[in-house]
Amino acid sequence: MSDLPAGPAWVKSERQLARERARRSRARRSTSIATASTVVFIVLAVVLVTNAPGWPRVQDAFFDSEAFVSALPDVLSGFLLNIKIFLIAEVLILVVGLLVALARGVKSPAFFPIRALATLYTDVFRGVPTILIIYLIGFGLPALRLQGIPTDLATLGIIALTLSYGAYVAEVFRSGIDSVHPSQVAAARSLGLSHAKTMRFVVLPQATRRVVPPLLNDFVSLQKDTALVATIGPLEALRQAQIYAAGKFNYTPYLVAALLFILLTIPMARFTDHLAERTRRRRGA
Amino acid sequence: MSLLTIDGVWKNFEGHSVLRGVDLEVRPHEVVSLIGASGSGKSTLLRCVNLLETVDDGVILLEGEDITDPRVDVDGVRRRLGIVFQAFNLFPHMTVLDNITLAPRRVHGVPRARAEEEAHDLLGRFGLAGKARAYPDQLSGGQQQRVAIIRALATQPRLMLLDEVTSALDPALVAEVLEIIRELKQNGMTMILTTHEMGFCRDISDTVCFLDGGVVLEKGPPEKIFSDPEHARTRDFLRAVLEAGRF
Repeated sequence: MSDLPAGPAWVKSERQLARERARRSRARRSTSIATASTVVFIVLAVVLVTNAPGWPRVQDAFFDSEAFVSALPDVLSGFLLNIKIFLIAEVLILVVGLLVALARGVKSPAFFPIRALATLYTDVFRGVPTILIIYLIGFGLPALRLQGIPTDLATLGIIALTLSYGAYVAEVFRSGIDSVHPSQVAAARSLGLSHAKTMRFVVLPQATRRVVPPLLNDFVSLQKDTALVATIGPLEALRQAQIYAAGKFNYTPYLVAALLFILLTIPMARFTDHLAERTRRRRGA
Repeated sequence: MSLLTIDGVWKNFEGHSVLRGVDLEVRPHEVVSLIGASGSGKSTLLRCVNLLETVDDGVILLEGEDITDPRVDVDGVRRRLGIVFQAFNLFPHMTVLDNITLAPRRVHGVPRARAEEEAHDLLGRFGLAGKARAYPDQLSGGQQQRVAIIRALATQPRLMLLDEVTSALDPALVAEVLEIIRELKQNGMTMILTTHEMGFCRDISDTVCFLDGGVVLEKGPPEKIFSDPEHARTRDFLRAVLEAGRF
């Protein structure tokens, strides 16, 4: 700034000061309106729910503080298994998704079967509900009784989630790859880079940066869907809550599990928003 | 022997012929300009030489080798050519230094330290000494285009193809890019360039080719083409350019 040519010093005009006062008072008014309407909304919602005819029974079944405290340790230890499933599946999904996306982009005729297989994979696994895939893998794979096929339920759950989410993530990667302008490929190829090196050094680094927000969005969804693995039996959070609820005829453990999932997904969701906002600002700049 | 020979090249896009039998010879150290209206095929011809487009007929020889042969090593041909685009096409996720050293390191196997040293030399020569760590979007258009030229030069090409390299630039930034091209000519670089800067074209070219209707309608030394063109079409084009104030 110091190399700007010297000019007259700026003294704010009366008009500018009046404009700024008007903007400040409008901002204050907006804040008070937002606060008031939020309070009114919350009070209304609480009044509505607590005056419902079934409220006392719901309160007993879902908001029992004693059951909450006693269920918490078991549900929490189950939840650690959810986190483990999530962390392992996430890495595998990224690998599968990227490989499938790359396979769909290969032009060489020798790789036609691979390309066709990759297309078939995304079509099939995006079409079948995740819970069905979990059933099929969880009960079907061990039934084959092949040597080396895992029988651990959590492992089978991870395989099922990877197959299901891999198909979605492959499409996310593919759209990212497609979004890199052809002129970037032309520039790289004209420098003598092969197709593979163009992908590695020029296209993928730009593509992955662009797909981080949608990928994180898929992972928020994956965090919740680890609970679907409960259907084949491993003792994760939802399964633990089911066991507890069945034994004590109280549904509060479900609320415990729900809270734990929220605690995990909210930071991820906020982080996704933050990244999306940063990308938007950079594009706009 | 000529460095590049283009012989009867045709190129069609969806039934419409952009190049209709183009002939052109480029000798070592020669600067050849392609002029003509938009859509006359200037850029397409450069893209054919770089194999970014496949010719539909005819032959292109680079140092005597038929590069239009389908069995040719495409990457090997491109290693001998440098191309600079109108829109710069720098890699936005890389610093200036990484943009320049990518091809020397990953294609030509030059060790990182030497590639970077050479890149710093080139940056210094072209007035960008302090910009090695900058990203493309932190540079002005003129600076970006100079980086793009350096990136193409870093692989020591036998032939440079410059495709309207000043067309996307603010008039105040055109001069700094043209200055680099003059310097390249002084160092004996062989170049084919397409341009709308007629004053510059007249100044720098050994041969000027007027493309019209997909063929080289007229070619010769700049004094001849600009002062005493043979064809009415050439005269009309030059008059239109003059009236648009681009001379």
